[in-house]
Amino acid sequence: MKVVLHIWRQSKKSTQQNFAQDGKMVRYELDHVSADMSFLEMLDVLNEQLTKKGEEPVAFDHDCREGICGSCGVMIDGQPHGPQRGTTTCQLHMRSFKDGAEIYIEPWRAAAFPVVRDLVVDRASFDRVVQSGAFISVNTGAAQDANAIPVPKPDADKAFDAATCIGCGACVAACKNASAMLFVGAKVSHFVHLPQGRVERELRAKNLVAAMDKEGFGNCTNQYECEAACPKEIPVRVIADMNREYLRSKIKEEPPSNKRVGGDG
Amino acid sequence: MKLDSNIPGGPIQEKWDTRKFELKLVNPANKRKYKVLVVGSGLAGASAAATLAELGYQVECFCFQDSPRRAHSIAAQGGINAAKNYRNDGDSIWRLFYDTVKGGDFRAREANVYRLAQCSVNIIDQAVASGVPFARDYGGMLDNRSFGGAQVSRTFYARGQTGQQLLLGAYAGLSRQIGLGTVKMFSRTEMLDVVLVDGHAKGIVVRDLVTGEVRSHAGDAVVLATGGYGNVFYLSTNAKGCNVTATWRAYKRGAGFANPCYTQIHPTCIPVSGDHQSKLTLMSESLRNDGRVWVPKAKGDKRKAHEIPDGERDYYLERKYPSFGNLAPRDIASRAAMQVCDDGRGIGDTGLGVYLDFRDSIARLGKDAIAARYGNLFHMYAKITAEDPYSQPMRIFPAVHYTMGGLWVDYNLQSSIPGLFVLGEANFSDHGANRLGASALMQGLADGYFVIPYTIGGYLAGQKAGAVKSDHPEFGKVAGEVAAMTKKLLSINGKRTVDDFHKTLGKIMWSKCGMARNEAGLQQALREIPALREEFWKDVKVLGSDATMNQSLEKAGRVADFLEFGELMCRDALERRESCGGHFREEWQDEGEAKRDDEKFCHAAVWEYKGQNQAPVRNTEPLDFENVHLAVRSYK
Ligand code: FES
Repeated sequence: MKVVLHIWRQSKKSTQQNFAQDGKMVRYELDHVSADMSFLEMLDVLNEQLTKKGEEPVAFDHDCREGICGSCGVMIDGQPHGPQRGTTTCQLHMRSFKDGAEIYIEPWRAAAFPVVRDLVVDRASFDRVVQSGAFISVNTGAAQDANAIPVPKPDADKAFDAATCIGCGACVAACKNASAMLFVGAKVSHFVHLPQGRVERELRAKNLVAAMDKEGFGNCTNQYECEAACPKEIPVRVIADMNREYLRSKIKEEPPSNKRVGGDG
Repeated sequence: MKLDSNIPGGPIQEKWDTRKFELKLVNPANKRKYKVLVVGSGLAGASAAATLAELGYQVECFCFQDSPRRAHSIAAQGGINAAKNYRNDGDSIWRLFYDTVKGGDFRAREANVYRLAQCSVNIIDQAVASGVPFARDYGGMLDNRSFGGAQVSRTFYARGQTGQQLLLGAYAGLSRQIGLGTVKMFSRTEMLDVVLVDGHAKGIVVRDLVTGEVRSHAGDAVVLATGGYGNVFYLSTNAKGCNVTATWRAYKRGAGFANPCYTQIHPTCIPVSGDHQSKLTLMSESLRNDGRVWVPKAKGDKRKAHEIPDGERDYYLERKYPSFGNLAPRDIASRAAMQVCDDGRGIGDTGLGVYLDFRDSIARLGKDAIAARYGNLFHMYAKITAEDPYSQPMRIFPAVHYTMGGLWVDYNLQSSIPGLFVLGEANFSDHGANRLGASALMQGLADGYFVIPYTIGGYLAGQKAGAVKSDHPEFGKVAGEVAAMTKKLLSINGKRTVDDFHKTLGKIMWSKCGMARNEAGLQQALREIPALREEFWKDVKVLGSDATMNQSLEKAGRVADFLEFGELMCRDALERRESCGGHFREEWQDEGEAKRDDEKFCHAAVWEYKGQNQAPVRNTEPLDFENVHLAVRSYK
């Protein structure tokens, strides 16, 4: 099959807001595309052709190419990861497109995800949010036997469903407010359904919300675009979990000290 | 090259305790004066970085991905072994040790394997404490399943995403330390060389993949947890970025490289669909718990699967290996698949495939039970192939998946360069010539959580903290060499792309040094690879500059290293004139089963770099089997 691609090209890193001036859409025609190719393999073919012609290939993030690492992710015709529900860009196949299709490919657009080059964005803001509290404060060696605390299966399953988040950023890209509530909610929900995670639940919710705001992610206005875009189909109920936990942290008295203590170094 | 395996004395059960006691300690107040550089953020790297920071060391951690959470451990599907014996089915540390030594076809170091089995139980405890949502039964206890090469159920899992959940657990621990300021994280940063001062590893040179800046980092010790070299084949189940560069550059600075020819071909991957194929997708071995592997009995039978009655199907694993059946170890299952395809009985358009059929277990357990166990894998399969595995069997074929070889390390996981430690898939120590399923996650975490935190202290206690700074002239020299290589790659401006060279190399490796190897093929590969390498340095086309993000340049550096490494791999395969585990030499077989030569090859082959265009030297570390006696590995 044959496709016409319109791809965002940008050669240097944007500061947060001005991406509109830093690059432009460029049109490419691509022939002999096989329906069995993945979307990224189609871009590989384009890049090989560009390189041979002496044009710099299109930069895009990818690694596992099996939908689990969360590296890949572009806007395809205005939808994060393209038209197929529950599917990352790397797992989307060209059989989802018609012969002769015109396809528009752009990077995630969000203040907290500056564009690095072409389709590559900087998602370090996600890492910084996690660093603020998306963990259980346990040092190696301090654990008791794994079966000492039974975890009811429904709880373990709920925790797992939230923990499948791959951190790709599609939820943020889908949201008109560029909110990270689904991402952060997934973290909160994962830990709060496990007994091990409940010990520091208030502090976690408080710290995560503060970090999220500081990074410049927007607010949630209940559009549920994030759930529709999530390749792991994480449900919006995790946002309810997070709101509840946040409220709880407000109601509960401040803990005596919220300074976390690390190793003895 | 002096190879002292440094194994503690005494009975095998006591060796690790003995060593932990023997090792010198660094006092808590002094730990913060030492800096450890950890390269890689997969299970081994992330768990090591977090644990070392918890102990009080200053840690710097590096990964080439945009976040440490994306390291390739994340893609492991099936599970992690641990000798918990929660099933009361006869498992024990000794049995896990025994299975692993036997599974590795008697080419692993016994003492390391025993320690691995010992640490396995603590890993599960640690993972649960850090919030890993393993599968549970209705009583709230941890669930287990079986994996190849074992007759007990000791594999812990989180649906088909066990690697993801374990890595996110380790990443959470690492993130906590980054937040506390005890670990400095450098993402999108690729290690391009290791720096030796007075023979000790005292730093690394890296390239910032966003700005292109080449930078030096000094430390008191360097830990490599940079994964395997499966991408030398171009097509493998590894993530696209996986590469040999860190370990290869360490080799060129004097670290021994052990058993590069030991590569694992995984029996259950989705077959290649065309020339555009950029990587292969694994279907977890756990599927073999409930799926039956078969091909038609007749050659060239082109009927649809459901049209072939049971009597005309050959369930060849069940037939050949009745006691292990579909759960025969990976190397054996892969070879058996290759043999039926060679025999003209392969399925699908290419004839390079076999069926993995769930019909009987769906009839027995119901579709829902199968969906609960493997739902995400079935979903992934359907997405890639547009076929529904609930109603028709999966098509599968072997693919390169894991590499058992790696940098040589002693019992303390120190390479032949003092101060350079190697963890996880990047080292060679625990899996011998074949790795059993669900053992990679176990090894990565054992090394990172429970081994290196002890052994590195033994080394650091003898070093003056912060003795070498990055302004030492050696850093300037190495950084200069790194920058020169980058400039050279950009200046060639030839006609062939990097991927084109990589694919050509991959084809040579797969056909001559893949599932079956022989003298003539390897000799030919040893002529073709240097020629291809020469062409690469004359005709590769890498556009753009070294002062920005440049993905072609990143790939070019990695492929340049693969073009050197592939040659060493073939050399190793040629010199190992026996068959063992994943290394199958056609000349040494017994009716299709690997035939070891324990007289001549009961050793690890450790290669020593002698300079560009010089033949490397093959050293050996003899392997003693005092606890599991050398025997023909039988799964019949
Ligand atoms: S490349 Fe890993 S999720 Fe797409």
